Amino acid sequence: MSQLVILIPISLLLGLMGLLAFFWALRSNQFDDAMGNSRRILSDDHDDRPAGRD
Amino acid sequence: MAEITLPAACPACVGHVTADVPDTGIRFSVPSVHCVACISKVERAVSALPGVKSARVNLSLKRLHVDARSSAEMEQRIIATLADIGFDAFALDDEALLAVRDDVGRSLLAKLGVAGFAMMNVMLLSVAVWAGADGTTRDLLHWVSAVIALPTIAYAATPFFTKALRALRKARLNMDVPISLAILLATGLSLFETMMQGEEAYFDAALSLTFFLLAGRYLDHRTRSMARSAAAELAALDMPYAFVRGAAGLTRVRTSDLSKDTVVTVPQGGKVPVDGQTLGDVVEVDNAFLTGETRPLVIHPGGRVYAGAVNLGGAFEMKVTNLGQDTLLSRIRDLVALAEGARTRYTSLADKAAQIYAPSVHLLALAAFVVWLWISGDWRHALNIAISVLIITCPCALGLAVPAVMTAAAGRLYRKGVLVKSATGLERLAETREVVFDKTGTLTTGDPKVVNSPSDEALAIAAGLSALSEHPYAKAITRLASARSITAAPVTDVTTHPGLGTSGTVEGHPVRFGRQDWVDPDAPQHAGQAASSLSLPSGAHEVFLFEDTARNEAKPTIAALHDLGLPVAVLSGDDPQITDRLSADLGADFAMGGLHPDQKLDKIKSLQGPVLMVGDGLNDAAALAGAHVSMSPGSAMDATRLAADFVLMNNRLDVIPQTIRVAKSARARILENFAIAAGYNAIAIPIALLGYASPLLAALAMSLSSICVSLNAARLLREAKS
Repeated sequence: MSQLVILIPISLLLGLMGLLAFFWALRSNQFDDAMGNSRRILSDDHDDRPAGRD
Repeated sequence: MAEITLPAACPACVGHVTADVPDTGIRFSVPSVHCVACISKVERAVSALPGVKSARVNLSLKRLHVDARSSAEMEQRIIATLADIGFDAFALDDEALLAVRDDVGRSLLAKLGVAGFAMMNVMLLSVAVWAGADGTTRDLLHWVSAVIALPTIAYAATPFFTKALRALRKARLNMDVPISLAILLATGLSLFETMMQGEEAYFDAALSLTFFLLAGRYLDHRTRSMARSAAAELAALDMPYAFVRGAAGLTRVRTSDLSKDTVVTVPQGGKVPVDGQTLGDVVEVDNAFLTGETRPLVIHPGGRVYAGAVNLGGAFEMKVTNLGQDTLLSRIRDLVALAEGARTRYTSLADKAAQIYAPSVHLLALAAFVVWLWISGDWRHALNIAISVLIITCPCALGLAVPAVMTAAAGRLYRKGVLVKSATGLERLAETREVVFDKTGTLTTGDPKVVNSPSDEALAIAAGLSALSEHPYAKAITRLASARSITAAPVTDVTTHPGLGTSGTVEGHPVRFGRQDWVDPDAPQHAGQAASSLSLPSGAHEVFLFEDTARNEAKPTIAALHDLGLPVAVLSGDDPQITDRLSADLGADFAMGGLHPDQKLDKIKSLQGPVLMVGDGLNDAAALAGAHVSMSPGSAMDATRLAADFVLMNNRLDVIPQTIRVAKSARARILENFAIAAGYNAIAIPIALLGYASPLLAALAMSLSSICVSLNAARLLREAKS
């Protein structure tokens, strides 16, 4: 029981971090070109930035 | 007169005249990018240009965004660079694109993310409860679940609540009513049980219901927003501009900024930008978009020309007479809106399912409550069972059944170059019993060809007279000459006589090429066929016969439609004889020419059974909107594309039978999905009614049915590969 008081907040915190990362990705337009991003992984060109505004 | 000749199809290719556009970079449509190698090639070539900060391709939208100062030279340099490496690019009009930013999709995705996060956390806590936590531990886990679930439901489930309210206000039932009720009751009951320190809480079920259904909504939305964005792109490609002569030569002005009585110049080969009256010369225009007639129309000074007509002669000036609501185009839009009104009565399969499903589930839950209250006398227990019936029969699979299939089908068609614009378009297409084609520009190329075989000498002289003309017959002559590798004869003093033809001198002898009654009044008339005469230096005459020839793929397409058991009809505004001959050649079952736009619409309404109409002209717009389902090529005019359910982006007819086949299998998958959902309910409802449903069972059953339905939809994608 007492462990739960620590473990539940930790698990929630970790989940929340994931959610924040998702929101960050959403705001920086990373979901705008799903088709392109799935192909870019195969490209030899170094690609270190998220999709531009479009 | 110094002329600016511009490619008529691409007025946006020349830079912005106004400099005060905010600098957001330049966007291009690059339709031919399709792989990772293309992305690298395009990005590398454009980034290397001086003045370009960065270039990024969006493969989903087939667009290129270049971070650079927007200027006419820059646009043209980029287009030239891309042309060098083999990609056609078109500059896009920012204003038209920004109008369709996808905020709804983004908010749906955010809600989906929040629901997913909450669902996973609550599910973890629930596993502990299912594993046997009891007493204060169980209460603690329930309370933590409640704290996560309540704000999540309030935020993420709002799309369902608002739509359900909207339906209830109109005293109607849609799918969102049982969904909202199930979510709200599950949450309310769980909160009550938590407060009463009860054993069972359905927070996880409420959240996973929200998550799965949001996923369906998002898929649905993404499919449609992709089609909308591609349609907006087509509109952005032909932004209407007009040329106005000022002190500093010709300037480009948006047609929306024009005022009445302004004099605008229409360049050679350019499109007439607005409705108006011609000034000065006799002019010749191609009015096929309006009438379907392939023969050029001669307009005398002061005659009316309509927006969209193509100038076949030299540049001419015209006075603007109608703007905005008064133009022919907007009157046709009204006609389209009127015809569309009839179609909104179509009930989609999902709505039909909801109409059966929603009342029966609610009655069942109510009956369960009453019966259990009567048996046990314990109202809390009776309510528990009634709500578990609602939760377990949740329309989760039903909510995914249609969007998952539609997304798979629309994605598959998008790759073939078919844009699904209307939400119920695929369903309606699957019901088609007959196909009606427009002739000019749809079954035919719209470019006439010489169909008899003139002598080499005559062809050489005709080619010499036609070299500089934009007239479709002149172009046909030039094409034939180069196909037969005949060099144009040297013709001097070439003069164009608008509406009549061209004259010139060959080796001191006058020659004329043009209308038969102008060149050779005694020649026999060729009924139902377009003919031009050429007078040779020897004084003899030679006749050229022209015909708007069918597209290469037209005949196989009609054969493929026959294989699908669909009769094919041709309705055209062109000459009845020409229409009959062409449709007989192509193997169509029925043909009718000389029809006005409203006659076309009447004809379609009089046909038996649901009709698919395929057309590209403005004269087809009303027929497209009035038909059961409609398609138009991407090259069609904006108003026409607007009226169509499907847009054929690559202008090929042979995708039509394929699209019908996809629509039919999509319909089959939807019905299968309904069967899966019904079968699952047939098992789950008795369990819930008998009071054996538990939160664990609800969670398992819900996920299982959703996954089944999604996998069944994904079969559509696999069929595409085989």
